[in-house]
Amino acid sequence: MQNDESDVLNQFQQGDAAAFETLFHQHQRAVYCWVLRITRNPAAAEDLTIETFWRIFNVHARFDPARGFEGWARRIATRATLDWLRSKKTENELSTEMLDEVAVPVEADPAVTAEIRLKTAMAFARLPPKLRIAATLAVIEEQSQKDVANALGISVAAVKLRVFRALRLLRKDLEKQGITP
Amino acid sequence: MNKDDQDRIKKLLQQAMPPVKGESEPRRDLWPAMLRRLNARPAAPAQIGWAWFDGALAFGLLGLAAFFPASIPLLLYYL
Repeated sequence: MQNDESDVLNQFQQGDAAAFETLFHQHQRAVYCWVLRITRNPAAAEDLTIETFWRIFNVHARFDPARGFEGWARRIATRATLDWLRSKKTENELSTEMLDEVAVPVEADPAVTAEIRLKTAMAFARLPPKLRIAATLAVIEEQSQKDVANALGISVAAVKLRVFRALRLLRKDLEKQGITP
Repeated sequence: MNKDDQDRIKKLLQQAMPPVKGESEPRRDLWPAMLRRLNARPAAPAQIGWAWFDGALAFGLLGLAAFFPASIPLLLYYL
């Protein structure tokens, strides 16, 4: 089994299309889930999964089979998603999507009204994409800082810094709107 | 911003944007779309494109860091 996987990875690295198809079917769900966590948009997550594998296919020669496929794919997926976030017009386009996405959590705090939740989500959407991705993964999705660092290709210290800056900017934005967390 | 402030903002953010839990699946099989994408245009050779201003920017930043080491934390902050 281990040899089979290793063979597929080696064949993919050499540009074998069948090996790529095998890897696509094995990892598309994981890539989709990862992207969905960041975008919270199923249609965009599907498109970005395809974009990710397109990029993966194009750089197959750079793949190191010894380091495994999943982490490498996740890193490329994160980069593709970051590019997508940067290309969006953020607030105006995101606000309608986020209206749908701002669902009442299972254990909702009664002190936090729907309006505050919406304003918070919209303020979050206004953050710079690279800060937003770090905060989404580390704070909302509660991924380990090491995993976030690997996905973003930065150090754990840089992840902490980005999350700190994201939260600080979010607080400033909310305070301007009269919301004191 | 102290730790309590951070914790309050984190809680508010988690209330506003609940995590995407569970294992989600794409709503459709993505392989046909992947095939269309692959067939649409040949794969570009893997290479990194450097415009002249990329090099100039990198050179400028290296120079700044070399001559003004105090600027390194500021550069790292904006990375």
